[in-house]
Amino acid sequence: MSSTASTASTTAVPAAPRVARTATGTDTLRLRWGRRLQHGGWFVTPFFVLYGLFVLVPIVRGLYLSFTDANISGDHTSFIGLDNYREALQDDLVWQSLWHSVKFTLWVVPLIVVLALLMALIAHHTVHFKWLWRFCFFAPFLLPSAVVANLWYWLFQPVNGLVNHTLGLDTPWLTQKSTALLASVIATLWWTVGFSFLLYLAALQNIPQHLYEAAELDGANAFQRMIHITVPNLRNITGLVVALQILASLQVYDQVVIMFQFGSGPESSTRTFVQYMIEQGFTSYRVGYASAISMILFIIVAAVALARMWLLRTREEATR
Amino acid sequence: MTSTTPRAVRGPRSTWTPAQIALTAIAAALSLLWIAPLFWALSTSLKTSTESVASPHWIPDHVTWDSWKGIFDAGNIPDWFVNSVVVSVCVTFVVLLVASLAGYGFARTEFRGKGVLLSLTMAGLMFSPAILGVPLFTTVQSLGMVDTYWGMILPQCAPAAMVYILYKFFQSLPKELEEAAFIDGAGRWRIFFTIVLPLSKPALSAVGIFTFIASWNNFLWPYMVTNNPDLMTMPNGIATVQNAFGIVWPQLMAGGLIAGLPLIIVFVFFQSQIVRGVAHTGLAGQ
Repeated sequence: MSSTASTASTTAVPAAPRVARTATGTDTLRLRWGRRLQHGGWFVTPFFVLYGLFVLVPIVRGLYLSFTDANISGDHTSFIGLDNYREALQDDLVWQSLWHSVKFTLWVVPLIVVLALLMALIAHHTVHFKWLWRFCFFAPFLLPSAVVANLWYWLFQPVNGLVNHTLGLDTPWLTQKSTALLASVIATLWWTVGFSFLLYLAALQNIPQHLYEAAELDGANAFQRMIHITVPNLRNITGLVVALQILASLQVYDQVVIMFQFGSGPESSTRTFVQYMIEQGFTSYRVGYASAISMILFIIVAAVALARMWLLRTREEATR
Repeated sequence: MTSTTPRAVRGPRSTWTPAQIALTAIAAALSLLWIAPLFWALSTSLKTSTESVASPHWIPDHVTWDSWKGIFDAGNIPDWFVNSVVVSVCVTFVVLLVASLAGYGFARTEFRGKGVLLSLTMAGLMFSPAILGVPLFTTVQSLGMVDTYWGMILPQCAPAAMVYILYKFFQSLPKELEEAAFIDGAGRWRIFFTIVLPLSKPALSAVGIFTFIASWNNFLWPYMVTNNPDLMTMPNGIATVQNAFGIVWPQLMAGGLIAGLPLIIVFVFFQSQIVRGVAHTGLAGQ
């Protein structure tokens, strides 16, 4: 298809000389510039100026800084080779905070997949009030993380918090180690499940009706139709939801840090990997060390993304 | 789908089969559970501060709008709200322009280095700006943009995902219209603005809505780039300044609702566009 685009652009060029025959000097100059502006590179230039400045340069800069002992002011920076990485691998807090992010991910991902699928099936199969279910399930996603965190901080108050009051408990959710991270998982689930729910709902609506009609004619009951038509048709979207959630959860920061008032929770049980990186950079002013930590996260995230691509490719080959 | 046959047989009211009634009851219960925290925030915001910390009850004994009025009388919330609007509108505008140009360039033109640039963009799909936080801050610092609107806006204007979505969309457009215009001697730019963009409203509105939501709700980047209360956006001010002076629950909830309501109201009016937008963007990622 790209070859047709290039032939189209060459057919456009002969139009120029026809006009140029009567053109004056300034007109030919304008035409020459006009033709130069047809170059496709101009279309991507504005994006790449911004992308280069605020994504590519920071990546390269982060890589460079991770080999230095830079502080936040940028003065007296010297090259220290792999020392930051060596230190990070021996830093208990790196491992502890990484474990918190992984634990958070292991909680959030399966819960989101199950709940979003359940919500989508319910909303898809009810005949009435579909818009109402859609509204209720998706509305929390539109709130800023800070609002979600403050709201759940209030709901989880041990005395006169709504959660304990409703369930008849007196659990100190946010101040004991065993429930603190779980509380942020619950808040995250409430906040973000709506997005995955909508993805599942769209996927359900994309399954061709005739498959169900044919199965019904063949005498398949509702359960069999679910297992043999719905589930296989949702495999791709489940892969996408899982991948997106893993990537987002490994990089969790906002809601957790705000729910615990920018601290690290009871017995430091909620400090996430991104939080540790930001603490090193902005509280301890160790920009070099923080950059090394962010490069480690970069490698982890890239590994997850590549693993997904590899899985997709092997599955494609298997089905071929 | 299961109900289409019975409906035809039993007439218009028969959609309420026992299965439908059970399913609707489950949906209603789950929806109530999901929306309850928002009602609780509203209920709290209408109580006095002493009533708010009493034993929880849904209907306030004395409905008072003091917390809502307080927002406009004192404090920075109106400033933060305006900052949020300015930042989100600018980001959305720049992203729509820049991402649609780039998406079109990738989808319809050929130039040397296109493959490299496209894979650089695709690589940007996998990570969020959180990873780059620290080096991005030092980059913005060296550009002298810390504590400025520029510093808050521009780094949010390079989302690879939006370029990718529009790239996929432009590829799916039929070429015939553009080719006809080429033969008439129209240049690429004129074709882009007069033919391609008007055809792309659904994709552009999806990208616009999502960029706006992401920017309105962005906490981390404004938090990093400014600690000047006059420049803060809503999420950022609510999280840092409001908590610093001892928590008054009705005020905290009223502030949160002010920050959250604009998007929820937008959602009420544009529900189907937003839902289609999620489907579109999500399925593009497949």
